[in-house]
Amino acid sequence: MLTMNKDRLNNLLVPIFSIFLGLIFGALLMLAFGFNPITAYNAMISGVFGSPYFLGEALRAATILTFTGLGFSIAFKAGFFNIGVAGQLLVGWTASIWVALAFPDLPRLMLVTMSIAAAIFAGAVWAGVAGALRAYFGTSEVIVTIMLNYTALHLTNYLILNVLGTGNTTERVSENANLSIGWLTELTAGSRLNVGIFIAMVVVFLYWIFMTKTTAGFEVRAVGLNPHASTYAGMSATKNIILSMLISGGLAGLGGAIHGLGTFGNLFTQSGLPTAGFNGIAVALLGLGNPIGIFFSSILFGVLEIGAGFLPNGAGVPDEMASIVTAAIIFFVGANYIIRFFMNKLNNKKTQAVQEGE
Amino acid sequence: MKNKLLLILSVLFAAVLVLGACGSTDDESTDDQTDQDTEQNEDATGDEGTDDEDSSDEGASTEFKIAMVTDEGGVDDRSFNQSAWEGMQTWGEEVGAGDDQYAYYQSNDSADFIPNFNQALAEGYDIIYGIGYLLQEAVEDVAKLNPDQHFGLVDSVSDVENVISLTFRDNEAAFLAGVAAAHTTESGKVGFVGGQKGAVIDRFQTGFEAGVAHVDDSIEVDVQYANSFADAGIGQQIAAAMYTNGADVVYHAAGAVGNGVFTEARNRLESDPDNQIWVIGVDRDQEAEGDWEGGNFTLTSTIKGVGDAIVNATNLTIEEGFPGGENIAYGLAEDGVDVVRGNMSDEAWEAVETARAEVVDGTIEVPEFTYTEQ
Repeated sequence: MLTMNKDRLNNLLVPIFSIFLGLIFGALLMLAFGFNPITAYNAMISGVFGSPYFLGEALRAATILTFTGLGFSIAFKAGFFNIGVAGQLLVGWTASIWVALAFPDLPRLMLVTMSIAAAIFAGAVWAGVAGALRAYFGTSEVIVTIMLNYTALHLTNYLILNVLGTGNTTERVSENANLSIGWLTELTAGSRLNVGIFIAMVVVFLYWIFMTKTTAGFEVRAVGLNPHASTYAGMSATKNIILSMLISGGLAGLGGAIHGLGTFGNLFTQSGLPTAGFNGIAVALLGLGNPIGIFFSSILFGVLEIGAGFLPNGAGVPDEMASIVTAAIIFFVGANYIIRFFMNKLNNKKTQAVQEGE
Repeated sequence: MKNKLLLILSVLFAAVLVLGACGSTDDESTDDQTDQDTEQNEDATGDEGTDDEDSSDEGASTEFKIAMVTDEGGVDDRSFNQSAWEGMQTWGEEVGAGDDQYAYYQSNDSADFIPNFNQALAEGYDIIYGIGYLLQEAVEDVAKLNPDQHFGLVDSVSDVENVISLTFRDNEAAFLAGVAAAHTTESGKVGFVGGQKGAVIDRFQTGFEAGVAHVDDSIEVDVQYANSFADAGIGQQIAAAMYTNGADVVYHAAGAVGNGVFTEARNRLESDPDNQIWVIGVDRDQEAEGDWEGGNFTLTSTIKGVGDAIVNATNLTIEEGFPGGENIAYGLAEDGVDVVRGNMSDEAWEAVETARAEVVDGTIEVPEFTYTEQ
């Protein structure tokens, strides 16, 4: 019991230290280039928290990152590196817009549900392909999902230009597929924050229930920890690989629906894969696979993302600096062995001291 | 344990605070050397160069503030956004504006467009320009919500009242590039590499094809799209296929994808210097990209005056009021687009000069689109 508590504390401390070290690293780098880090961080924080609009936008960005983060995380728990979150998000986005454009006059609740369901399905299929190939033929899911990213990108662009769109963009979806909530938009001074944030909270809760309270979730984790042992214990590795990839892609697709219907309300030709897909990987790593942790780390990344826009004009610092801070945070999460090493060392000394004292 | 950690952290923080304080005092001395802070740099040079004359002369106009929002390419894309920003800097120098009177907002993702416009709005700029057709929706959304604010849109036409559209007849410049290519090719085959399909790049393709056909319609034009404005690898791949199939002049209208075209041409020339091949650059004079030990293989470049268009629209607004809802189209006649002499032969340059005169006086009508817009 005691060790569990200690682990839990460590699991909280590692990301917090990573964030601190990342911010400090960013500060040192700014100093090295002759910028003032205090002005910079101040511009970011006061920019985002100083106005309800930008706070709303940061939360909107965080909503998408929560979905992609959870999506990456569940595959990661099962032992896979689903680098195709961005592509799955994009097919989800496409599917949701397609459905919303095809049935513009359905009642709102029905149309939104259908669009989101289509997005989840599309994302799940996209990831499921990689999962099935992995389960039956042992192909590397990293390579397959990377390639499927580009397939998704070019397929989407083809569909816009030839099937869905007029030129480089599709029509706007009708009011009935709109995700915005009046009071929320008003509260955040017209930002694009939408019902997605509540869906994200529900999904975080469901994810937690699934992973900790259900047999299926236990099996996914077990397969991730040791596929051979779990096969020996009678679990089907094949089934769990495919299941985790389906859920992973479904979550990314759901994020795509919220991004498409909530943020943009249409679909346009993409010059690259949506950044929310890759940032979701970072969010999941910082959240250490814990759904609550992922939720909070996505808020942090949302604030960094929107706050970055204030750096050039608020502090004269290039906005790429925010990406460097983000990267540094991820580096320190990745290098958490170092942090744990020092924490353990300090811990041991303390227990020693206590024992000596006794 | 906690105490020690706290101690370490607070020491680190103190260090940052102290160093931060040093940084701020150093600012002025280091900034002159750092190119990254272009804004402050511009301010410094502007003050030295123009002194007090300009600012006292045009006291009224220097109150004017303009801003731009980039597309995903960012402000240092060596092409479209960069030339817009350079235009703003030129404007700033001309009117002696302070560094708070012109600014850019960089979009790293299409989701950043609208927040960037709102950020610029909060700062109270007189005109906010959206650079590129990708920003059309964002400009229109924000413009409708803020009918008293003036906006600009480059490369696409908006019918919203408080938006001025600045477009370019790129097909006219591409036509001249086609004439140059047709007079240069020896194999009777030329290539066109486009970025993403769409109205803007279609103008380039249509103009180029028409220009080639104007000279000799037996010359074959190989058209390929990269579906990207960023991936140089695809550009190199396409160029390799074109040169292998016998094309000896390749025109690219594909942003950074074109860098791959230049790489491929250089590799080929370095391994086989006798087999002369050419590249035609786009948007700004890309002669420097074509340097190699045996000379230069950039035949010419089509020029697009995004920066000048922004300066003109801004000055027009200052002098005569904001031409909201209007579309100002820049073509060869307005010097909005052009081709450079580059490394053209005398014969090719002469043909280009003739064609230019004919386009300007209307003898030749350059088609704009190949496919009909849906």
